[in-house]
Amino acid sequence: MKVTLRVKRYDPERDRSPRWQEYTVEVEDYATVLDALIKVREEIDESLALRCSCRSHICGSCAMRINQKGGLACKTKLAEVAGDGGTVVVEPAGNLPVVKDLVVDLVPFFDKVRAVDPYLQPAGPPPEREYIASNEDMENVKGAMACILCGACVSDCTVLEVDPDFLGPAALAKAWRFVADPRDAADEERLGALSERNGIWDCTHCFMCVEVCPKDVKPMERILDLRRRAMEAGFKNNNGSRHSDAFVETIRESGRLDETKVAIRSTSGLGELLSWSGVGLRSFLHGKVPLSHKPIPGAEHVRKIFDKLETKAGEAQ
Amino acid sequence: MKFAYYPGCVAKGGAPELYKSVNACLGPLGIEVEELHGAACTGAGVLTERNPELADTLNARTFAMAERLGLPILTICSTCTGTMYASHERLKDDAYRARINEHLADEGLEYRGTTEIYHLMWILVEKIGLDKVRSLVKRPLNGLRIAPFYGCYIVRPSRLVDPEHQKRDTYLEQIIAHLGADAVDYSGKTKCCGFPITTMNRRNALKLTGRNIAEAKDQGADLMVTPCPLCHLNLDGQQIDAARVIGRSLDVPILHLPQLLGLAFGLSPEELGLRHHIVTPRTVLQKFLAGAAV
Ligand code: SF4
Ligand code: SF4
Ligand code: FES
Repeated sequence: MKVTLRVKRYDPERDRSPRWQEYTVEVEDYATVLDALIKVREEIDESLALRCSCRSHICGSCAMRINQKGGLACKTKLAEVAGDGGTVVVEPAGNLPVVKDLVVDLVPFFDKVRAVDPYLQPAGPPPEREYIASNEDMENVKGAMACILCGACVSDCTVLEVDPDFLGPAALAKAWRFVADPRDAADEERLGALSERNGIWDCTHCFMCVEVCPKDVKPMERILDLRRRAMEAGFKNNNGSRHSDAFVETIRESGRLDETKVAIRSTSGLGELLSWSGVGLRSFLHGKVPLSHKPIPGAEHVRKIFDKLETKAGEAQ
Repeated sequence: MKFAYYPGCVAKGGAPELYKSVNACLGPLGIEVEELHGAACTGAGVLTERNPELADTLNARTFAMAERLGLPILTICSTCTGTMYASHERLKDDAYRARINEHLADEGLEYRGTTEIYHLMWILVEKIGLDKVRSLVKRPLNGLRIAPFYGCYIVRPSRLVDPEHQKRDTYLEQIIAHLGADAVDYSGKTKCCGFPITTMNRRNALKLTGRNIAEAKDQGADLMVTPCPLCHLNLDGQQIDAARVIGRSLDVPILHLPQLLGLAFGLSPEELGLRHHIVTPRTVLQKFLAGAAV
């Protein structure tokens, strides 16, 4: 099978800006993007920089963007992304500084993982033998333990594109792994810290990390679960919790979302509310602010469902 | 073709032009609807993150209403669609569905698991067919360069919302082309509009909004089109604020998908609710659609 790799190349020490270079190689039908890149480096251009080690999606070294999507080069089959005679676009992972060509600097990545204290913090005197966790609990955390710290999720996280200080999907999934671990006793501290700026409430719920993770860690789902746990633990003095409460309240009241009420109730106070006045006024003038919010027919049934299930959730706490 | 119509909260609240324009397009498209007036909010993901069982119950309630009518559901919002799909998937489990049905019993409802859900965008391609859509065009959008903006929930996770690999994340481009316009390619088309964090971190939300619009504009877009009213709330409703945050002018009108259809079908600006837009599409449309009287 013949494929063309269109590779984004950049050597910050020599180039003023990135450039594109195309390489055409003949590979086996079952070859991966990494196989083709290695072939390029060995046979065509030894100056092409890339990082890999295990070649079997274990070590996490080879994350990059393939056809605009984060993933492992060693796990991505060329037949699926290019096909015979096709072109595949290969770029370095996003949201991390480029060292050279397809190699990015992982220091900021690991700094964030370290920032969530990624180790078990049990309480009390150590047990005589090992710390015991039930099978069920370990099954639960196993999904997040599968993370190989490759950075594909970070590469494609939409919030990181606009805010490099966001902790990001990999670090937050790692934080979840310890919060969800029954042997860890630092949940309060962890959830409190994660409720601060740059933490769980800064995720936009865009599913990008879920889509690209090669190990099905589902970082976003972990972040949402951390939000639930943080609210249950009482960390509610933030716009995220206020928004969640207001949202739920308006649906309970009328069966449908009351955007105006949610916006007002989600803010921290008058000052912040005033910063919204421009949008509010413009929307009002364009007939976009409903003058009354009517409940749906049968709203009382919805309220009953809320009473039953929200109380049940409350009791479970 | 008949559907149980679920317009969602925003079409009946902050985006009245969406509700109007859908109504205006149904006739030409040959779609009949029965609106599910009693259906509740899907929870838009917010409810799911807090209490999945509650969100699934509200959605099962909606599915049961459609099932009783024997009709598939028509949605017009990416977020409603994605949220419904996630509940729909969990409700495939018989034991779980039985538990959820207990919460619906009071109201005399039961969901048996047969309801299908289609966003208008999917219906255009998969049910009506693009050739038919093209045949309805009375005012081709020739020369207009339009940037598609999907909204996260309708494209991800792809194994959930595009299980048969129909490349549903290319439908907007296909629709744009069949209406006579040119689709603008840019990386922001499947990214996040910023809406979900608009009250949590407004600055980041507006940066996301601004960045996507700026990229579309730099690629030559005259306007953008979205199948998601929540995206519209940010892309249109907060575009002025987004432009300020990213420090550049934007001024790119944002149309809802049915508004774009309606324009091509020769419908009037009133019927399509164009006066509700914060960033008015008037100038752009006057330039391209001579005689359109917009
Ligand atoms: S869901 Fe959240 S963490 Fe994941 S990519 Fe999107 S913004 Fe980033
Ligand atoms: S969560 Fe997935 S994508 Fe992110 S670092 Fe871990 S394995 Fe890689
Ligand atoms: S080379 Fe180890 S994960 Fe790809």
